[in-house]
Amino acid sequence: MIEFQHVHKTYRVAGREIPALHPTSLSVPNGQVFGLIGHSGAGKSTLLRLINRLEAPSGGKILVDGEDVTAFNASELRRFRQQVGMIFQHFNLLASKTVADNVALPLTLAGELSGKDIERRVNELLKRVGLSDHARKYPAQLSGGQKQRVGIARALSTNPKILLCDEATSALDPQTTASVLQLLAEINRELKLTIVLITHEMDVIRRVCDQVAVMDAGVIVEQGPVADVFLHPQHPTTRRFVQESEQVDENEQRDDFAHVPGRIVRLTFQGEATYAPLLGTVARETGVDYSILAGRIDRIKETPYGQLTLAISGGDIEAAFARFTAADVHMEVLR
Amino acid sequence: MDLLSYFANVDWAEIWIATVDTLLMLGGSLLFTIVLGLPLGVLLFLCGPRQLFEEKRVYALLSLVVNILRSLPFIILLILMIPLTVLITGTSLGVGGAIPPLVVGATPFFARLVETALREVDRGIIEATQSMGATTRQIILNALLPEARPGIFAAITVTAITLVSYTAMAGVVGAGGLGDLAIRFGYQRFQTDVMIVTVVLLLVLVQILQMVGDRLVVHFSRK
Repeated sequence: MIEFQHVHKTYRVAGREIPALHPTSLSVPNGQVFGLIGHSGAGKSTLLRLINRLEAPSGGKILVDGEDVTAFNASELRRFRQQVGMIFQHFNLLASKTVADNVALPLTLAGELSGKDIERRVNELLKRVGLSDHARKYPAQLSGGQKQRVGIARALSTNPKILLCDEATSALDPQTTASVLQLLAEINRELKLTIVLITHEMDVIRRVCDQVAVMDAGVIVEQGPVADVFLHPQHPTTRRFVQESEQVDENEQRDDFAHVPGRIVRLTFQGEATYAPLLGTVARETGVDYSILAGRIDRIKETPYGQLTLAISGGDIEAAFARFTAADVHMEVLR
Repeated sequence: MDLLSYFANVDWAEIWIATVDTLLMLGGSLLFTIVLGLPLGVLLFLCGPRQLFEEKRVYALLSLVVNILRSLPFIILLILMIPLTVLITGTSLGVGGAIPPLVVGATPFFARLVETALREVDRGIIEATQSMGATTRQIILNALLPEARPGIFAAITVTAITLVSYTAMAGVVGAGGLGDLAIRFGYQRFQTDVMIVTVVLLLVLVQILQMVGDRLVVHFSRK
């Protein structure tokens, strides 16, 4: 469990105090993938770096499995950092070392394993990330996705219990992003590793995270299970992120539907309800006609969901609304 | 006509001795310059603005000393250093008398180049190594220096070539060498042939140093 208790961070720049993180309390249960989303300068990078104390907090406590990170002395901090892996947007691999030596570096620094054991561990890790054939290459000879896989193997080398991901997919193309995210999800599942990741893409959150916190100007403005936050965003910042990822502009849509007759509702299905034949049943029973104006059926991590915008006319509209509300479906009346 | 008769004034045994003297001065001074300059460069880097051990006063002091030594013309340094040289090597003359001033002249220059090479290393590398739980010593030895290796080899090359030109002035303390020969015979006695031979030899030496240096830089760039 990672716990933030009233943690805040202020930078001093040219004699002026600039708050990067306002007092924040937060907890991340073990084994979860926790996403932090925000625009650049929102404070998410600061928050992430407070966990392994690459940044020192200006106040408050940070507890990891009950131990106060802020109270560690230098050698305690080093030992703690060996249990926290970190990967980076620009990979931060050592260009002067081979792939194998990069992965071995945390083990070499820790100095606890013999050369033979390190070699065995490195081979095992490279196999896990699918780079066994590239052990003797230098980072410059790899693609972006391969470099990030090396970064992941390196971060996992000391068997950490936490993995921090700093915009790990922001420098990758969509296809590579998908495969790296898949690898992260796999690691989380198989190694029971807690992952904290920061990103500015809602899509990354949707694919791998269990929980999400939305940050704006050094404050967490919204937080909860990904499905809730993603499907029913409350804060304007969250709405903007969701719209960006859905490529939907609500205002534009409202104009487009202006000439469509009848009432307009948005139905959100989650889990098994996504596959139930609800629309047809309700239409038959209440005599309403419907047309689908917009819609999307996709997954949030492993949970399927559907979100449909419908125009409903004729028949007993109120009865249809009542049926939707009674079913396992979230309904918003837009017009 | 015999080719050698163009070089009537050239005493080839003398040239050989001068070449060996130049190489001795270069090798000896380069070695000590690296041994002293590398740590000084690392220290300059660490104390520098926004670095691991930002220490404004230490940096300002080191910077001042380095700048003073670098702004002193080498020929002046050579003379100023005489008492100290005697203390270190027991003589102020010959190759032994030339090496201490050469080292003092080149070390600040080399240290600045090392500092620049270290600054070129991506800050993310330092952050990544810190996140692994590395000590500062480990960060320097296992990450910073290996990553800066191409830059450091380039710095050594430039320093070696600078040292070659410094050795020309070492004749002032009787250290001999090719540059000294060029001045005493080629210039002061108008023996153009000696001048040509020594300059060609110095040119070849500089070319070799640059080529070897470039090769090393390319090799360690791992591109």
